[in-house]
Amino acid sequence: MKQAGIVIEMENCRVKETSLGMVTLAGRTADSLTALVMSGISDDITDHLSAHGVHTIVDLSLPDAPEIRQNPAVQATAVVHAARKLKLDRILGLSSPEGKDLLPRVAALLDAPLIMDCVDADLNTGTATTSQYSGKMMAKIQLTGEILMFGIRPNAVLPESKPVPAKTVAMTMDAVVPENISLLSWDEADTEGRQSLAEADIIIAGGRGLKNKNNFSLIFDCAEKLNAAPAASRVAVDEGWVPYAFQVGQTGEKVSPQVYIACGISGSIQHFAGMKTAKMIIALNKDENTAMMANCDYQVLGDLFEILPEIMRQL
Amino acid sequence: MQIYVCVKHVPDSAANIHMIDNRNIDDSVPFLMNPYDEHAVTEAAALKKQIPDSEIIAMCLGKKDAESTLRSALAMGADRGVLVETDDMCDSMTTARALHAAIIRDGGADIILTGKESIDSEGMQTQFRVGALFDFPVVTNAASLEITNDKARVSCELAGGRIRTYELTLPCVIGAGRGLNTPIYPTFPDVVKSRKKSIETVARSQLDVSDAPGSAKIISMTPLVQKRNPRKINGTPTEQAAEIIRILRQEAKVLS
Repeated sequence: MKQAGIVIEMENCRVKETSLGMVTLAGRTADSLTALVMSGISDDITDHLSAHGVHTIVDLSLPDAPEIRQNPAVQATAVVHAARKLKLDRILGLSSPEGKDLLPRVAALLDAPLIMDCVDADLNTGTATTSQYSGKMMAKIQLTGEILMFGIRPNAVLPESKPVPAKTVAMTMDAVVPENISLLSWDEADTEGRQSLAEADIIIAGGRGLKNKNNFSLIFDCAEKLNAAPAASRVAVDEGWVPYAFQVGQTGEKVSPQVYIACGISGSIQHFAGMKTAKMIIALNKDENTAMMANCDYQVLGDLFEILPEIMRQL
Repeated sequence: MQIYVCVKHVPDSAANIHMIDNRNIDDSVPFLMNPYDEHAVTEAAALKKQIPDSEIIAMCLGKKDAESTLRSALAMGADRGVLVETDDMCDSMTTARALHAAIIRDGGADIILTGKESIDSEGMQTQFRVGALFDFPVVTNAASLEITNDKARVSCELAGGRIRTYELTLPCVIGAGRGLNTPIYPTFPDVVKSRKKSIETVARSQLDVSDAPGSAKIISMTPLVQKRNPRKINGTPTEQAAEIIRILRQEAKVLS
């Protein structure tokens, strides 16, 4: 019997779609699914989770003070406490920006093996599929140990409906507030209403073809119209057209959106490393002989300064 | 201040990786210091300028040829290097134990810097495991670091430029991100000077390392090639835009 605990992420008081996808993935190979919720539980949260196969919904009952409840070191101790108390033998979370700061903390405290950025996981056999060598390889990894942990790449699996009856449980714990690490300040999620790169359905990315910083606003405008996340290649970042946080690639964000629209990006091996698991790639370039144009699903040969404004006009 | 920098010897990011069997890569490609670790070494050098009686010790777990990565760290400003030598592929639980034991054997740290992840195994966790073994606080993807007395104030990057700022009590472990600094590019005199600095080699088997209660082991690996067959979208810009929108709506179903 595999008891899987799933760390749930929220956005605007709702369960993230990517978290529901992770629930679906876990439900394929675990016997029982326990959702670990850090934000307090509402009917809406319960409904969404039970509609996707979660049997038990646990309120981790973090302290109210935001600088304590947002501190990943505090969150990690709460997850560890729940894992031990509920005898979970598998723990999953998203390999999202927040997850990258939380799951390794949990793994370190539990001294349990963890694979991040899994595109697939079999909780029964304890194997995970993840990228290695910066997205150039796919490795199947066998985990051993009492508790096995998996960080799931957002969007790796889409949510599927699987209604089950769910019960809710509130954890009671004395939160251990660590003395050696305190959170002084933090930015709330997406102040500008932009989609996060790791979790967006559509990503529209610009590269050298944008030519300068001013032109790059075209990518941002188009992203807003498409409800997409804007992104950039390393060239655009190194040239100072956009901040590093927007970079996709080997030393940037690794993404798996439904659609990746590459505008004026030639497609270096390092850039592909960050986005080649996109379900669909649309390449826009005025040069037919680029790696991106050769390795995409739709090739749009033309001037992006004409095509992108036209897309915005037609939406 | 004793500043330890943990660096990893990894295949060059621009190299094409080939397999020799279903588990191991052809390691005849060039190997370099992990790019994120360059930021860690650079930050260590900046800290030493601020706190002059500091010593920077670069530490690396790897095969004999990982010495060249330690040599790069010395050229970038580390004072000496320690190679924890092993021919084994180590997972993060084993690696953290070896680094922990090697740092204790060497004397003990006031601060441990490393990259936020390695570009080969992409584990993103060794820094947290080293921290837990020492019971030191850890942050990752650091974009700025300020040390005053026994505290470190660190801003860490989440996605989309979002920042979390922490205060840590020293000793602590910092996972460097790309936003932290611009890596030092050693000058020729730096390289010459680094040749005189010492690199000590310790066999991993000589260290007092406990067995990990779990493991992560590669059972198979395949190149990730997704051969796509591009279809052309032709026409005027207006027609091309209309077709892209149709594809987003009807095929990908990501647009209402």
